[in-house]
Amino acid sequence: MARPGQAYDDIPGTFVFDAERSREGYGINMFCMSLMKDENRKAFKANEAEYLKKFPLTPKQTEAILKRDYNRLLELGGNIYFTAKLGATDGHSFQHLAAVMTGNTQEDYAKMMLGGGRSVEGNRSRSGKGEPSKLLAAAAPKKVSVAKAGAKLRAKPKAKAKAKPKSKSARRK
Amino acid sequence: MARIVAGIGSSHVPAIGAAIDNHKTEEPYWKRVFSGFEKSQAWIRELKPDVAIIVYNDHASAFSVDLIPTFALGCAAEFPPADEGWGPRPVPVVKGYPPLASHIAQSVILDEFDLTICNKMEVDHGMTVPMNLVFGDVGKDGRWPCPVIPLAVNVVMYPPPTGHRCFMLGRAIRKAVESYPEDLKVVIFGTGGLSHQISGPRAGLINSKWDKAFLDNLSVNPEKLAKIPHIDYMREAGAEGIEMVMWLIMRGALDDKVDEVYRFYTVPASNTAVGHIILANRERGTRASGKHKPAAAKHKRAAARVKIERKRG
Repeated sequence: MARPGQAYDDIPGTFVFDAERSREGYGINMFCMSLMKDENRKAFKANEAEYLKKFPLTPKQTEAILKRDYNRLLELGGNIYFTAKLGATDGHSFQHLAAVMTGNTQEDYAKMMLGGGRSVEGNRSRSGKGEPSKLLAAAAPKKVSVAKAGAKLRAKPKAKAKAKPKSKSARRK
Repeated sequence: MARIVAGIGSSHVPAIGAAIDNHKTEEPYWKRVFSGFEKSQAWIRELKPDVAIIVYNDHASAFSVDLIPTFALGCAAEFPPADEGWGPRPVPVVKGYPPLASHIAQSVILDEFDLTICNKMEVDHGMTVPMNLVFGDVGKDGRWPCPVIPLAVNVVMYPPPTGHRCFMLGRAIRKAVESYPEDLKVVIFGTGGLSHQISGPRAGLINSKWDKAFLDNLSVNPEKLAKIPHIDYMREAGAEGIEMVMWLIMRGALDDKVDEVYRFYTVPASNTAVGHIILANRERGTRASGKHKPAAAKHKRAAARVKIERKRG
């Protein structure tokens, strides 16, 4: 069954962990949760494919886990607080995962954060129709500039490029 | 009578906990964050609250996806720190305050807020990091300075409770506390946020303008904040920035008129904008709180100026 469209699907580069994904991704998240225990981490590392058979996973989900495709895991119902446990099992810092998901090197990602993070300008909406919050914009000292459709991206171009095709595939499902 | 005297907003970034646990607080990157809480530590030492209610969220530690309670109130006598995959944080076990906790549960459920009651629960960095930041070093007796009533809110799975629902729950908590006969000085923490996104290709998003506007409105115009729809939080403050609704429980539990005692904001800690605020209720029966002189006096003077100008105009 096609996933019903939601207003928040318009937010670029974002897979909202909603009730639908929570249901679909139950196996991914419970697998990740199992990695809280050292004995399970060892068993997983010893034979990943075999260990994954213990959980209710679709072939796509299993593949995404084995490939460590973190964005795909989010799309298929994984939640970041859970998938981070898979990253930790591999010995990666969270910043490493963030870099992977955004298509950056860890160094560039760290630099972006030190520089104040990714700007919201140009990153509010895929369609260009999503407007800045009316409730909070008025309270800001200066008027928050509105990102128009096709406004230049301040984010790393790679991130946007990655986000778009995925969203289309998500809609096609 | 028990009374809530102040509300504290604080981010709960896990990396802050790791910096404390690994003795990195003096490194320049982290000192920038920790120095913003020094005044708060002095403030709370002077205040000496009897109980703290801490609104926070669990991050796949005590709750998996087996059970996802929207509001879960900790009524246990103690709450051990959870093993978040690297062993439990080396912080003391958090002592609860079951008599007030169960009183709050009974009162707010009858006020139509259907809480989940937790008589056994572990707590993760979402709660213990703000405690570290605001209480500072744990005393030599190895105990937190006061008992805590944890209120875990689901902000992991969409949809979390709306900002308005959170604000109204805060009000119900205020009513519950004020109907408790023991003479207690209570503080309430709202934790999480501010803007951040840690998932997907848009990870790293920070929106300082949004954060500042949120903090500006929190003291004087919380009803406006309570109307913000979830999509605005996610679009403007990041998918995980939606945690900010938890601050509205804290604000709802305070009186309508409060004084901003202190504020701190810095970017980044790890992937997150760190926000911190202290709001104090005014002493009832007096015009302004005498205790928190700097901010209270400033507000009083500003209010007086406005009145004079209005009269002149």
